[in-house]
Amino acid sequence: MSPIVRSRTLFDKIWDNHIVADLGDGAFLMHIDRHFLNEVSGAVSLKELDRRERRVRNPELTFGTVDHVLETTPGRGMTTRMPGGDDFLSEFVKRIVPHKISFFDINDPRQGIVHVIAPELGIALPGMTFISGDSHTCTVGAVGAFAFGVGSSDSEHALVTQTLVQTKPKTMRVNLNGVAMKGVYAKDVILALIGKYGAAGGTGYAVEFAGEAVRTFSMAGRLTLCNMAVEFGGRAGMVAPDDVTFSYLEGREFSPKGQAWRNALAFWRTLPSDPEAKFDLDISLECASLAPQVTWGTSPEHVIGVDEVVPDPARTMNVVSRASQERALAYGGIQPGKPLVGLEVTGAFIGSCTNSRIDDLRAAAEVLRGQKVSSSVLSICVPGSTAVKRQAEMEGLDRIFLDAGFQWRESGCSLCMSGATGGESFAANSRVIASTNRNFEDRQGPHVRSHLASPATVAASAIAGRIVDVRTFARAQ
Amino acid sequence: MIPFVTVEGIAAPLLQANIDTDQITPGHTGMKVQKSGFAAGLFFNWRYLADGSANPSFVLNQPAYRGACFVVAGANFGCGSSREFAVWALRDFGIRAVLAPSFGAIFTANCYTNGLLPVTLPEPDIAAIAAAITPENPKLSVSLQDSVVVSPDARVYPFRVPALQRERLLEGLDPIDHTRKRESLIAAFQEKDAALHPWVYWR
Repeated sequence: MSPIVRSRTLFDKIWDNHIVADLGDGAFLMHIDRHFLNEVSGAVSLKELDRRERRVRNPELTFGTVDHVLETTPGRGMTTRMPGGDDFLSEFVKRIVPHKISFFDINDPRQGIVHVIAPELGIALPGMTFISGDSHTCTVGAVGAFAFGVGSSDSEHALVTQTLVQTKPKTMRVNLNGVAMKGVYAKDVILALIGKYGAAGGTGYAVEFAGEAVRTFSMAGRLTLCNMAVEFGGRAGMVAPDDVTFSYLEGREFSPKGQAWRNALAFWRTLPSDPEAKFDLDISLECASLAPQVTWGTSPEHVIGVDEVVPDPARTMNVVSRASQERALAYGGIQPGKPLVGLEVTGAFIGSCTNSRIDDLRAAAEVLRGQKVSSSVLSICVPGSTAVKRQAEMEGLDRIFLDAGFQWRESGCSLCMSGATGGESFAANSRVIASTNRNFEDRQGPHVRSHLASPATVAASAIAGRIVDVRTFARAQ
Repeated sequence: MIPFVTVEGIAAPLLQANIDTDQITPGHTGMKVQKSGFAAGLFFNWRYLADGSANPSFVLNQPAYRGACFVVAGANFGCGSSREFAVWALRDFGIRAVLAPSFGAIFTANCYTNGLLPVTLPEPDIAAIAAAITPENPKLSVSLQDSVVVSPDARVYPFRVPALQRERLLEGLDPIDHTRKRESLIAAFQEKDAALHPWVYWR
């Protein structure tokens, strides 16, 4: 007699596999398979751990790199323009080394943004629990892992115990139906989803992205989708692992090899949600008719297609949302009822854990090839990892960016967040089109207005000096 | 961690949606490699004008709300960056609880590890509480013991906090010490899991 097996989602399976103890009332002690430290939250957690004379329980499951405050200008060193930032760099390096944690320092060819290098090195694998002291840790759920960001105290908790206390989130499936047209990318899809359901649309849920659009995306596209799960309010974003995932991970430095790979593969193939599995909520988005998206306000939910006009807050029934929209319009100097297309930009940024992978740089380079950016647009490209940078240089993409008038940088988080820390920033009041994930007030510098878009839209807008529809712009060239 | 049992004090209404941790603690306000001393940076860009003077229109600068120990906010409070500095800044400033319709998930976790109480209430309740707060009568009572908020107009709003977090907050327990008591369970889990999924452990 065969046992009755409950149909489970991908998330349920990973959750069940990591329960160390049931602590009651929905709380569980969960094993953490991989923990990646950066120099900001990692410096704090390691300092506190050292102060209390605690030890790292599983240094072999723990990794570290520098990405947040490190400069990205060529010839950089271990100093930063961020006030107080040098302390984070020096404390982190000083403290991580004695704990025998694998550490990819500034000169290591494996250095890069945590969420870019974790899958690139095969550190984040299907079925794993993965944490890092950064909110965009949800990115690597794209390999079929349960990955989420934590604060310094929870990071210290995981360093000492290799566990975290978690309440089980509800499960949501986002059905991304249809295939996005040319010029429309995973970035546009996730922005449109957040626009449709709101920045708290995923609050309380572990979100699985499913549907035809997801299957057509490369790992880079899937990582972009999951990257912004946190901007959707989700505890985690994930994509069921498939052959795209496996061929991406095979042969990576920390991926299992030989028989271990074959064993892992057999297990990973059992992870996708069972056909009968029930999600607490199913929602959907039609992708085939989607236009490239650009944000107009100060929350990722403030987003429209390039074929739409900025909404009038007067039409929003919720008074708190309306007030927030009015504030955002005032901050951005944006008129309701008008399109974003045609709006002049003075900055363009391609980079960040959202869109700095080789596929992103290729998409931007395709637009930039043989073109020049507008002389009034400060244009910067920051590859997401040293490996991405080297790959791009091997393909000659750096020449395309440089010839077009883009700066070509070393890898790191850079102007996605440095402007908010008092470090390198765009000029006050400038309007920047960016491939990043947060258009918050002052995120890219004091009173900088950020408009989020795909790398291709950023590249095309940099050339035009104004926000454009990359689909028609490309045809007009 | 200071235990949270019942706290009575001034509540500042800050009814905006999506107040992110960049706004709670702008990164330029002196992030340091430490876990306290961040009160001065709280809501810095909103609290101060360009010339460095206090912005009189910001609620925490208004005389009636000086010394506030509660913030009543819009949905998705604490979304964005995982920076724990946001929780430390609120705590260091004297805020003991934030009331909102929803919170960023990482912010919520950071609250629990630092003794700051996130109180989730339905949007109409938050609106009613905010409306009941006046400069003349801005005082609330938040009891974790009884899991209720008592608004200035004496209406009572029950809320829920998961049992484990509630116990830790009530007693001010250190979560790491608490978990270390379960070391034998952790070791047993790893031994069993390593047999099933050896590649997780590099064997």
